[in-house]
Amino acid sequence: MSTAIELHAVTKLYRRYAHRRQFATLKSALVSGSLVRDLRPDETFTAVGGVSFSVPTGSAFGIIGRNGSGKSTLLNLIAGITKPTSGEVQVNGRISALIELGAGFHPEISGRENIFINGVMLGLSKREIAERFDEIVRFAELEAFIDAPVKTYSSGMYMRLGFAVAVHVDPDILIVDEVLAVGDEGFSLKCLDKFSEFKRHGKTILLVTHGLSTVQKFCDEAVWLDEGQIKGQGDPRRVVHMYLSDVAAAEEKLLAAEDKKRVEATTLDKTTPRGDGEPPEDMFRASEGRWGSGDVTITNVTIDGDDGPTHLFQSGDQMTVRMKVTASVPLDDFVFGISIFNTEGICCYGTNTDIEDFKSETMTGDGEVSVVIEHLDLVEGTYKLDVAAHTREGRPYDYHRLLHTFRVKSDTKDIGIYRPRHAWTFTPNIRFRNRPGE
Amino acid sequence: MLANLRQLVRYRGLIQTLVTRELKARYRGSVLGFFWSFVNPLLLLTVYTIVFSVVLPGFRGVEVEPYALFLFCGLLPWTWFSSGLLESANSLIAGGNLIKKVVFPAEILPIVAVLSNMFHFFFALPILGFFLLFYARPLSLIEFAWFPVVVLVQLMLTLGLGLVLSAMTVHFRDLRDLLGNLLTLWFFSTPIIYPMVMVPAGGKFIMDLNPFAHLVISYQEILFYDGPFGHWRWLLALAVASVVLFLIGFALFDRLRDSFAEEV
Repeated sequence: MSTAIELHAVTKLYRRYAHRRQFATLKSALVSGSLVRDLRPDETFTAVGGVSFSVPTGSAFGIIGRNGSGKSTLLNLIAGITKPTSGEVQVNGRISALIELGAGFHPEISGRENIFINGVMLGLSKREIAERFDEIVRFAELEAFIDAPVKTYSSGMYMRLGFAVAVHVDPDILIVDEVLAVGDEGFSLKCLDKFSEFKRHGKTILLVTHGLSTVQKFCDEAVWLDEGQIKGQGDPRRVVHMYLSDVAAAEEKLLAAEDKKRVEATTLDKTTPRGDGEPPEDMFRASEGRWGSGDVTITNVTIDGDDGPTHLFQSGDQMTVRMKVTASVPLDDFVFGISIFNTEGICCYGTNTDIEDFKSETMTGDGEVSVVIEHLDLVEGTYKLDVAAHTREGRPYDYHRLLHTFRVKSDTKDIGIYRPRHAWTFTPNIRFRNRPGE
Repeated sequence: MLANLRQLVRYRGLIQTLVTRELKARYRGSVLGFFWSFVNPLLLLTVYTIVFSVVLPGFRGVEVEPYALFLFCGLLPWTWFSSGLLESANSLIAGGNLIKKVVFPAEILPIVAVLSNMFHFFFALPILGFFLLFYARPLSLIEFAWFPVVVLVQLMLTLGLGLVLSAMTVHFRDLRDLLGNLLTLWFFSTPIIYPMVMVPAGGKFIMDLNPFAHLVISYQEILFYDGPFGHWRWLLALAVASVVLFLIGFALFDRLRDSFAEEV
């Protein structure tokens, strides 16, 4: 199979600081020519470092990665807008780059004239544009406005026109940077249809997007860039999965750090809010904090998933809340409780040992209390956890209010606060084109 | 570089389209529209005529009559030259979107700036023709045949300077501010509002070094003064120098080309 794009150890350095004073003298400006060659490493930033891959002709190739991972830099290099600092970029065929839509539109003149000018800029002859003109206008859905100056267009109209011109250039290689967010749902679908049509005609498509499902559905191959390096390459499903687990790991780290900071910053407050460790008047409105008499202290709280402590769960996973507790004096009156709040402050669920008819008898020294939630049937979102130890009458020993966080993910974007286990059934005369899990 | 020069020929369609766009967009939205191409130079002329007949009547020499026609011969080419340079100096920064987001031959931007100003110059020429007819100036055809040559030399000179300025301005934005003042100085050091004969002997040397002075003198000899076109040796020398300057300018531009997408 022939290759459309081939990259050999491509590296691109950028200057770290703003670009003033980069030429010491006028002379060096004239002599040095290529500016990047003699940059000192401490002043540069490696946007793309030693990237090699090849894109077979006729395939759809996806590039994914976090913001700032070098995706756009890579596209610019492939499109030939910038040159690599070292390494080689080989491109076989005419490229049309959808990097910024409508670049080069002049606001004062009409859409009609701009189509011609933009088309010429992208390498078409006037006759070729005239042949495609009606199709471009139809695709952009701008029949009624084509003779109005472009400055009167809405941003969606502007983008649609830019997109329409660019895809009608009839390139061999189409480079698309995150433009599927153009226009409404209908137009996005139309764009995807257009890409599929390109693919059917044996053209190569290079796609940079955060729409991971698009990559999974549409691309034949994908690379995952991270800090300018390839972290994964191959089957889109696998690469997207690798990327997502990396994102989750980073998220977990962040949540863990935030929780740790929050817990460390709050100390058990024995006097407030109402003196002698009484709970605030409206408990559910109180902001985060920790209060109580301290006869029992909850010294450590961890939230465990299947593989130990975590802050991330899939909806339906098992969750275990572990509290390390210490009683400073022997006690016979104690209740342990937890409640879960969503970001809107709504209590999704709350329970304690007293409600569930545990009758307290004795407690001395150190111990551990665990609550196992077998199926965490919550909808996607971030949740806060309250944990508490208090008397049967409700006088707190140690109340942790909104100090612990966990996040629930779900492939199903259902709504509400709780997901009852459910299943759909239909009589045979009601049919669906696709059904999940088939 | 040669390959890139050849590319330029390939891009002529694009250049043509962009020049047309500039000309069309220029006066869009104004009441007089295209007529500003005529009205602008007329207004400028009026300003200078008022200054030198009412405010400073003793300034101009006796033999430059009609003064309006004399002024026009220098003022129109100067407007092309100075606006062309100012716009091309700014062209890469203004067209940054194109350079950064599309594969686009950057040299086209300053070239378009110079060419569109050349067309404004052309559009103002009918007024000059009208003045020539109005004052019933004798025009020899042979002399007039030199006119396109002068225009061509000026085009080369302006393109060369425009390429250098546009490439340098990307890296030294200060040039934009400096350039306006430099052009004012240049304007007054060129025999546009005063005739060459008023230049003292010591200043003659500076005039000889001033390429635009030779262009203006050529325009004036062809269109204003009677008698044969005597300045042709200077003009041809300037033509050679302009071509060299254009090549140097293009080479410099080519050298800095890769930096534009990052610096704009």
